[in-house]
Amino acid sequence: MAIKRVGSQTVKLENPPAIISSHSIVGPKEGEGPLKAYFDLILEEDLWGTESWEKAESKIQEECIKGAINEAGLSTKDIDYLIAGDLLNQIIASGYSARQLGIPYFGLYGACSTMTESLSLGAMLMDGGFADKIVCATSSHFSTAERQFRFPLEYGNQRKMTAQWTVTGAGATLISPSGPGPYIKCITTGKIIDPGIKDAANMGAAMAPAAMDTLINHFKDTGRDPSYYDLIISGDLGYVGKDIVIDMMKKEGYDLSKNYTDCGVEIFDRSLQDTHAGGSGCGCSGSVFNGYIIKEMKKGKFNKVLLMSTGALHSTLITQQGESIPGIAHAVVIENKREG
Amino acid sequence: MDKLNKKEYQKFSDKKSPKPKYLKNIVMAFLVGGIICAFGQVIINFLKSLGLDEKAVGAGTSIILVFLGAILTGLGVYDKIGKVGGAGAAIPITGFANAIVSPAMEYKREGFIFGVAAKMFTVAGPVLVYGIGSSVIVGLLSLLFRR
Repeated sequence: MAIKRVGSQTVKLENPPAIISSHSIVGPKEGEGPLKAYFDLILEEDLWGTESWEKAESKIQEECIKGAINEAGLSTKDIDYLIAGDLLNQIIASGYSARQLGIPYFGLYGACSTMTESLSLGAMLMDGGFADKIVCATSSHFSTAERQFRFPLEYGNQRKMTAQWTVTGAGATLISPSGPGPYIKCITTGKIIDPGIKDAANMGAAMAPAAMDTLINHFKDTGRDPSYYDLIISGDLGYVGKDIVIDMMKKEGYDLSKNYTDCGVEIFDRSLQDTHAGGSGCGCSGSVFNGYIIKEMKKGKFNKVLLMSTGALHSTLITQQGESIPGIAHAVVIENKREG
Repeated sequence: MDKLNKKEYQKFSDKKSPKPKYLKNIVMAFLVGGIICAFGQVIINFLKSLGLDEKAVGAGTSIILVFLGAILTGLGVYDKIGKVGGAGAAIPITGFANAIVSPAMEYKREGFIFGVAAKMFTVAGPVLVYGIGSSVIVGLLSLLFRR
């Protein structure tokens, strides 16, 4: 019997894993944004000495994972599992970073929901007693995402006002059965919700219903309401998605107006950085969580955080065939107190 | 969310989505497109002053504008012109050069055959296919029915 399950989609971890280190690397544009003080490394140029954007993204992820391992005073040999994913076809940024690291590796594809997908699975593996050290990581790169999903960089097109800006960056979280925390307490795994949006330049609207579904089920499963948390933060719904979530959740009876925001809203300054509807990409919640959120949790600004990365599980191929964009959102609860 | 009404949600999310600034975009397209075309006229006048005939002037002007569009793409300037000018930058022949050169640059790392050569037409390909295709049809019709 699944004794750790609560309600329909949530698990409560019996021995909440401790986050013993975290690392974030971002590109130059993110390094000029409002959260610049929180990132461990800001790149001066986004090729980072490599020959291609893909190789650069892989290097960013690899160095980010190494950064988290070093910060904990460990070496790659001490790590039992690496759980990582990214946006590229065949998740090559992760596969090639894992090739260099030599850690037993699970590759994930959850699009931009990867950060909480990897944290969810990592925490469950650990609570199950299968590992002592796990790294959960993800990355994205503006230039690899542009060429895969949109247009060549030098092509002179106009971006839509609802379009979001893929974050160049990576985040890695190292978890262990014990440590000073914060701790991963609770996980709500999302279902795919497809509201029928076909415009790939309006991801916030495509993913918002999935985010709401996960939130509502989380609150129902745990019996909590939004005020339980100091911070509820979604991955990359951007300004459009955030606005939709606040409005529609209010109709469902949940007030998110006080403590809810979105990583894609926080990472860029929309008026100065011309990022339209905000940031997106796996690296958006990856770097904001491992940079901003964890650091502020350690300082005590936030004690109870619900992080919910959001993903759009489409490809250019299937949208050209007329399909709509399926959304997903996975929630992870991180708290400074282990008990309760 | 399982019982979400897709039509209503589409309407709701459209309302929540910021709209493009149409007036500003139209004015900028007019200005940028106008400047490019006025510059084309400068080239035409210059070539005429050299004593070239009308056909040679037309070909020469196109060649020079395509060259400039390609150079500005390579220098990383044309995408900025396109961002401001929209269709005003895309429709003149310089925009066509941008549509060919930008994927060629982008895919250089995948090699000269499967990268540059194969991907060069990913943006402009449809324009070529339907442009050349329809010109062939019009040509045939004119051959058959013109008296």
